[in-house]
Amino acid sequence: MTIGLSHYLVVAAILFTIGVFGIFVNRKNVIIILMCVELILLAVNINFVAFSTHLGDISGQIFALFVLTVAAAEAAVGLAILVVYFRNRGNIAVEDIDLMKG
Amino acid sequence: MLTVIAFYLLAGVAVLAAFMVVASRNPVHSVMFLITAFFSAAGLFVLMGAEFLALLLVMVYVGAVAVLFLFVVMMLDVDFVEMKQGFLQYLPIGAVVALVLFVEMVLVGAAYFAGSDDRQPVIDSEKSNLEQIGEVLYTDYAFFFEAAGLVLLVAMIGAIVLTHRTREGVRKQDAMKQMARTRDEAVELVDVAPGEGIGA
Repeated sequence: MTIGLSHYLVVAAILFTIGVFGIFVNRKNVIIILMCVELILLAVNINFVAFSTHLGDISGQIFALFVLTVAAAEAAVGLAILVVYFRNRGNIAVEDIDLMKG
Repeated sequence: MLTVIAFYLLAGVAVLAAFMVVASRNPVHSVMFLITAFFSAAGLFVLMGAEFLALLLVMVYVGAVAVLFLFVVMMLDVDFVEMKQGFLQYLPIGAVVALVLFVEMVLVGAAYFAGSDDRQPVIDSEKSNLEQIGEVLYTDYAFFFEAAGLVLLVAMIGAIVLTHRTREGVRKQDAMKQMARTRDEAVELVDVAPGEGIGA
């Protein structure tokens, strides 16, 4: 019994699904939604690395590196926006963020 | 055999921790489970032969992103129990969407990679993982590498600009102002009569 590509793909698929599920059920909490986005990006990274190893091509790991960079930048800016929003409104309820709606 | 046990252990912990991130009531616990999930994923990366990325994952996510999340969760004074109320309401639709998504992904994978799975992972044992990455990262992908640096710079400046504020009424030391003071404006001589004090 060996661990092949499909095992890693299934783990990545489960993590991705949990991330999407989390966005659906935690619709009130922006922080959890941001964490779910991080989970989704982690699943993508697992896919990249699994294919990189499977195909013997290092490019996949390079791309995983870039995904990691973007994920870190996204978390920093997202949380900064959250802090500013909390400072202005006093809460972070997602339902109230519809000021731009006509 | 050890690899198989390690894989199932790490994958199980990762999936369980990821689920607890979603299901946990306390956001601080969610962040802790997120850290656990990232650690397990780093272990999976090691199993796949990507040691450098595994270490990077631990450094970037556990060292920076998770701590950032923890700071924000603890800094914001929000009633998180109240926020959890919609959980059961959205549970059915969320479960249906998640299930459909998962089945689709597995079907696509099964259809596309049927029969090609018995290949063993190819790991170039001549060079280390770090060497392989370094060889292409600074040559073929040099431009993208610098672009990634630019992305991080923009994110850093953006986060600082967003959260920076100049507050009123904060006492700051101003050396030039201190040195420009003269004796006349700093000292007042009062002629106090005996027994009266200086009560205004």
